[in-house]
Amino acid sequence: MSDLVVQRPEGLYCPAGDFYIDPWRPVDRAVITHAHADHARPGHGHYLAAAAGEGVLRARLGEIRLQALAYGERITHHGVTVSLHPAGHVLGSAQVRLEHEGRVWVASGDYKVAPDRTCAPFEPVRCDVFITESTFGLPIYRWRPDSELYAEINAWWAANAEAGRASVIPCYSFGKAQRLLAGLDARIGPIVVHGAVEPLNEAYRAAGVDLPATVAAPALSDQTAISRCLVLCPPSAAASPWLRRFGDSATAFASGWMQVRGQRRRGGWDRGFVVSDHADWPGLHAAIDATGATRVIVTHGSVPVMVRTLQERGLQAGAFQTEYGDDALDVPAVAEPPA
Amino acid sequence: MKRFARLFSDLDATTATQAKVDALVRYFAEAPPDDAAWAVYFLAGGKPRQVVKTAVMAREAAAAAGLAPWLFDECYQAVGDLAETIALVLPDGEAQGDMGLAQWMHERLLPLRGQDEDAVAQALLAWWRELDARGRFLLIKLVGGGFRVGVSKLLVQRALARHAGIDAKRVAQRMMGYTDAKSAPTAERYQALIAPVDEARPDGADAGQPYPFFLAHPLDIAPELFTARLGPLADWQVEWKYDGIRAQVVRRQGQCWIWSRGEELVTDRFPEVVALAQALPEGTVLDGEILAWKDDAPAPFALLQQRIARKTLTRKVLADAPVTFLAYDLLEQAGADLRSRPQGERRERLQALLHGTPVPLSPLVSADGWLDLARVRESSRERGMEGLMLKRRDAAYGVGRTKAEGLWWKWKIEPMTIDCVLVYAQAGHGRRASVYTDYTFAVWNRPPADAAEVQAVLDAIAAREPPAPDGLQLVAFAKAYSGLTDAEFREVDAVIRKSTVEKFGPVRSVRPSLVFELGFEGIQASSRHKSGIAVRFPRMLRIRRDKPLAEANALADLRALLGGGA
Repeated sequence: MSDLVVQRPEGLYCPAGDFYIDPWRPVDRAVITHAHADHARPGHGHYLAAAAGEGVLRARLGEIRLQALAYGERITHHGVTVSLHPAGHVLGSAQVRLEHEGRVWVASGDYKVAPDRTCAPFEPVRCDVFITESTFGLPIYRWRPDSELYAEINAWWAANAEAGRASVIPCYSFGKAQRLLAGLDARIGPIVVHGAVEPLNEAYRAAGVDLPATVAAPALSDQTAISRCLVLCPPSAAASPWLRRFGDSATAFASGWMQVRGQRRRGGWDRGFVVSDHADWPGLHAAIDATGATRVIVTHGSVPVMVRTLQERGLQAGAFQTEYGDDALDVPAVAEPPA
Repeated sequence: MKRFARLFSDLDATTATQAKVDALVRYFAEAPPDDAAWAVYFLAGGKPRQVVKTAVMAREAAAAAGLAPWLFDECYQAVGDLAETIALVLPDGEAQGDMGLAQWMHERLLPLRGQDEDAVAQALLAWWRELDARGRFLLIKLVGGGFRVGVSKLLVQRALARHAGIDAKRVAQRMMGYTDAKSAPTAERYQALIAPVDEARPDGADAGQPYPFFLAHPLDIAPELFTARLGPLADWQVEWKYDGIRAQVVRRQGQCWIWSRGEELVTDRFPEVVALAQALPEGTVLDGEILAWKDDAPAPFALLQQRIARKTLTRKVLADAPVTFLAYDLLEQAGADLRSRPQGERRERLQALLHGTPVPLSPLVSADGWLDLARVRESSRERGMEGLMLKRRDAAYGVGRTKAEGLWWKWKIEPMTIDCVLVYAQAGHGRRASVYTDYTFAVWNRPPADAAEVQAVLDAIAAREPPAPDGLQLVAFAKAYSGLTDAEFREVDAVIRKSTVEKFGPVRSVRPSLVFELGFEGIQASSRHKSGIAVRFPRMLRIRRDKPLAEANALADLRALLGGGA
């Protein structure tokens, strides 16, 4: 029997249903796992995505022909039954379950298995073939519990506030920023967000996610407030004059890549917090095991390592070549400080 | 250990010099002296002899983490630091009581020396289980050496000086030899570093104590600008710049000590220099250069290198690579510190002191003005010199690479250059981990006939076909990893990833496409290299985007340099 999902120049393709999953070139029909730019691209004829992510997707892509599906709701297209299941990555992120002639395939998109109160938790879905990401597919990537992480971030912020300097965390506007917000202790000081972040906060709040109060940078004029504030902004803004208004500030980058000292130093970051929207190494394996799949196809990240590991565990494993990004490795590094 | 771990984190979390000094001062204020003694030792670059083989640690860590060796290697490639890799892959331990740094060293790490591998492995495994990731990282760094946290020795001295309320230059002198591998740091030695200044009992109770070396700054302006920047040539003492080992000879209390610039005591290595020092009066300290010496002229550094590599100095080694010490400065005479006296006076005293002794003196170089001196400098290579040294006649002998007390310039000759082709690449370490920054370069075995012949070679490489034995091929001859900016490295890294032909462990072979101008200081015939050539201090000068591969140099061009240089 032929495969339910194959690789095409446009993206991952389901021949039986004649549609694509997260294609990187314009196609007629696209199922979108989540609204990050490398998965949700403009220019497709029809979009299918999880209802929970509708607001974010429309905010990012503007006028699109979008059919929104509740998690777990099934539709059938050309004999292929399609349903979307929470992936725990960001608000509205979904795994795509395809069923056709008794076979079940699941494409994960990006996912995270650890709890995160800003999105629905990852739901293991039984399948024959699992298409998985592997962004952090090396044993060096093991995340600590969020409680420890938030305690560390809040302690850093409080120490900066005591020393009278603003705390700046450059991070992705969608997902990472809200995840951080959810754990910040707003009693320490005001939380300032860059103009690129606030629309996404609004989308989260509209979806019922409780986030602490945030203010826009111009609204903060009091010097005491500035010296105690915490700033969330895209990495591009961290290297721009926008940041100057906060005067002397401490900066920390928030990303799973900060697990490795060399990656932090190469980026020129003094401090790094290991915060990721992706599954760590044990998480990837737990998720793969929970599907019960006997065949696994790896799409992006640490692909050869994951494929070989799965093969050594007795699974049938292979890879798809995709154009999904590996998250934060391409962040514009801030200017290197003089030696 | 927790206190030291916190210091490490504080140092690691900032690039600001002042914040680092602050963190060090905070640490010195609260740490017990025996712990602080070891902290100073490690931060200032001290390396105890390795007690555990790196391979044993890697093997045990992989086993303890339940990882296949290939998977552990993949992790190491991504992290670029063995200690950090081990720290990250091991499961977290249950934090136990806190032992001080000195206790760790004396009760646990140092006794491991000489034990068999199994015992060492068992001990490591047990300790790993006691520590969190940061603790494991530090432990492995202490065991394995190579403790680099962006803190220079100068910074440690500044912090100690501030902590003790004394001058940093004095701390620098007291610290000479502190990191020498032969003596372990102790609370007493640490307290001697920070003791209040007692004029009645001057420093240097330890008779062999040398002075901190004064280091030169590179001079890279056009000779036409010298008068404007440096004033008249007459203000300067000019000497050759030698390609040897910078050293101090200390003669006190009927004994002699030889210190290398790396603050290593090397007296035993150079019996010829010890013999020379017998001629010096008591209370003398000379600064100068140890050189391999043949036929009344300096021999290439390679000869000295052979000598350094030998553990035992047989009569044959001494005869094959004889050394001498060329004196160029007088730091102490009759027990008095002369460093604050002007260069000119020190030189006159040096000449008078060495007159009639067998100790050779570094000759002065004279010329009619800067432009004439520039012409003299052109003869450096044929004389076996690296260039010229310029020392201000009215200046004192400073500490380290400062310009506060005096000024020395090193005016090196332009490096030899060759245009060559990048053929292999390997990822760097530390902050260069996962970026391809270490490159192997090749030249053509003979000049290519035309672009078509070059294309045929490239096609064969892409198809992984071995070159025809007598056909055109690229011959690797040098590795280099410095000289490009971070942006250029990123660019070359992207090209390497796109043009990879094969991966051999951490090394990638590429389909050649980039020509580089490579600079180096010296060139030697070598039977150990396939190319028959060994170059000294190779580094990338620039990427030659303008040059097609066919115009890269050939082996014959390298051999031609062999004839011309020392």
